[in-house]
Amino acid sequence: MNDDQKDVDKVSGVETTGHEWDGIKELNNPMPRWWLWVFYITIIWSIGYWIVYPAWPVISGATKGSIGWTQYKKLADDQAEIIARQTIYMDKFSRASFQEIMHDNELYAFAMAGGQAAFKENCATCHGSGGAGNKGYPNLNDDDWLWGGTLEDIHFTIKHGIRSIDDDTRLSEMLAFGKDNLLKPEDINAVTDYVLTLSGKEQKPTYERGKTVFQENCASCHGLEGKGLREVGAPNLADAIWLYSGDRKTIYETVFYGRKSVMPAWKDRLDENTIRALTIYLHELGGGEPDKPPLQQEPVNADGTGQ
Amino acid sequence: MPMAQANESPIKLYSKREKIYPKRVSGRYRNLKWIAMIITLSVYYVVPFIRWDRGTGAPDQAVLIDLTRARAYWFFIEIWPQEVYILTGILIFAAVTLFFVTSLFGRVWCGYFCPQTVWTDLFIWVERLVQGDRIKRKKLTEGPLTFEKLWKKALTHLIWIAIAWCTAGSFVLYFNDAPTLVRSFLEFNVSPTVLTFIAGLTFSTYLMAGFAREQVCIYMCPYARFQSAMFDKDTLIIGYDFVRGEPRGHHKKNDTWEGRGHCIDCTACVQVCPTGIDIRKGLQMDCIACGLCVDACDNVMDKIGLPRGLIRYDSEKGLAKEQKAKLLRPRTIYYAIILSAVGMLILYGLGTRTLTEIHVMHDRNPVYVRLSDGKIRNGYEVKILNKTHQDRHYSLSVSDLENPEIQIKGAGDFSPLDLFVSADSVADYRVFISAEPQKNDRNSIIFRIEDLGSNITAKRKSIFVSR
Repeated sequence: MNDDQKDVDKVSGVETTGHEWDGIKELNNPMPRWWLWVFYITIIWSIGYWIVYPAWPVISGATKGSIGWTQYKKLADDQAEIIARQTIYMDKFSRASFQEIMHDNELYAFAMAGGQAAFKENCATCHGSGGAGNKGYPNLNDDDWLWGGTLEDIHFTIKHGIRSIDDDTRLSEMLAFGKDNLLKPEDINAVTDYVLTLSGKEQKPTYERGKTVFQENCASCHGLEGKGLREVGAPNLADAIWLYSGDRKTIYETVFYGRKSVMPAWKDRLDENTIRALTIYLHELGGGEPDKPPLQQEPVNADGTGQ
Repeated sequence: MPMAQANESPIKLYSKREKIYPKRVSGRYRNLKWIAMIITLSVYYVVPFIRWDRGTGAPDQAVLIDLTRARAYWFFIEIWPQEVYILTGILIFAAVTLFFVTSLFGRVWCGYFCPQTVWTDLFIWVERLVQGDRIKRKKLTEGPLTFEKLWKKALTHLIWIAIAWCTAGSFVLYFNDAPTLVRSFLEFNVSPTVLTFIAGLTFSTYLMAGFAREQVCIYMCPYARFQSAMFDKDTLIIGYDFVRGEPRGHHKKNDTWEGRGHCIDCTACVQVCPTGIDIRKGLQMDCIACGLCVDACDNVMDKIGLPRGLIRYDSEKGLAKEQKAKLLRPRTIYYAIILSAVGMLILYGLGTRTLTEIHVMHDRNPVYVRLSDGKIRNGYEVKILNKTHQDRHYSLSVSDLENPEIQIKGAGDFSPLDLFVSADSVADYRVFISAEPQKNDRNSIIFRIEDLGSNITAKRKSIFVSR
């Protein structure tokens, strides 16, 4: 037993590793047995992984594993599971009319949840995550609609877009009255002040001149009282809501340069069920309008689409 | 040679566990322990089957934690998840009760009522039933592997596992309707969740009561440690009367007792101890105050014709013959005060618990919406809680705002004058409120609901953002 390589610590009676740092030696205590066994078991367990899952790199890629697991397949399986879970509602949802959905608790909740998710993913970039919009991007919470706020109107707008490349897109143009020399600067100033009076601002001395200019150039789309015309997406100029803010400078800019903002058509990017869910979600943000009663008469200015 | 170098004995920070074979004993404290075991086990196994009528639509199990529907029932108490403070109160009450009882009577909880004690005791009883008493068990365990050893050990473990399984099974009954679950057990139709819980609890019971035993009390249990802080010299403990007992020594019949103590060093007190300590060394952390050594010593004293109580249940002062144990002390008085205060708070919480509640969450995005006629609209998520067991209709109104227009969104048409909430549930309503622009950015408003049947109202403050 005379092993001069062994160095035993006097106090604890435990062998040391033989290394010494500034008089401090490390005891060579064994690993706890249970810990060691757990370690061995994990090693044995890992062999199972080599067989079952992709593990070893080979020239053409990696070993495939006995169950053929891949991350792509896992993703596809997870998606299939979600789709299978949705199918229960999706079948009913795709067959139901808007009116049926609006009166069915389950379908309504399904549409709202799906619509919200689709909105955050596709629409929030411009319209904001709460749909509150921004300058040039309409607030979808309010009751002011450029192209109509019934379910059918919203559905059409989402599908075909506004001034998009879609064949059926909603189309109209606010002309650049100043840039294209359609109106003289004094007329633009006068009509700008006149437009402000429509929403209750005080009248300027040029009121009568502005009124004339408005009636000759603007009323065909915006109406004689400036209440707008949805058939051509002409905004109501007499209410409290402005798409490009309602200060004089911005209105002047609008008349001078014109406006033609674009919303893309979504019918080729989103499936019909997603668009329908979006429609209901937007309608229920607060400004949705009830269905139109059956048409009784043609609108007065049906043909007035510009000059 | 190297080992011999160590002159002084090395400091051992680790002590290997020595297996304990507690000897059978009978006497006053053993009987108390049996009674406590019968009571605690009966309560544990019977309570899930007690019925309590709560009317239709609510479970009729007296004690039930319904995790799927998020309700807890305890006889006349019924709580929702947000009322978990009542549960917290009950836990605080239990903790202070432990302090209070400990300062009066020492570790009676440890000795008689703690599940670890009760189940360990039960397992030792099984062990003794199959393998015999202390000496026989020791011989069997340390002896060679024979057929007798094999079947006796196997039978012991089998019974242990069966008891552990019943323990786990009964635990699960507190979370499910007991008769239904028992029936589904008989039909071998139990959910994997239930089975997983039973498997886990069976294993832990088997492990804790079969193997870990006193190590739980000594190394794992925090209560054992901090109960020491509740002790003072008047606290009742299991103690050895060293004045009377020392000097100890073996005693032959007819020898005189003059000049020596009454302890005959028979080690009966050590042999019966479930935590394997020698109580004659004084008060120890390992002592769970079960009193079995008192019984053992008393039996010996009876035999040799000396008065009982060499080891007895007494205070430190009492053991030192200074004075009798005092129950009324500042410590016990202020524990009693805290205890009654906590109890009162729980009762107040239960007494003022409302059966109707409204919660309002103001929209954050957008915080307000300007409408085309210049009015301002705010959106809210309104939750109405109906804790009664009947379907209810409520009307919603808003005060502190001039001419508010209330609109409810949802599937179908809703009127704020008639909002339906089914029995024992929460209804979620999307509410829009429109009004003229206000002078302030933020305006405090109050939502109020009225139960149309009983005129019970509930209200909740919120804000109307105008700019």
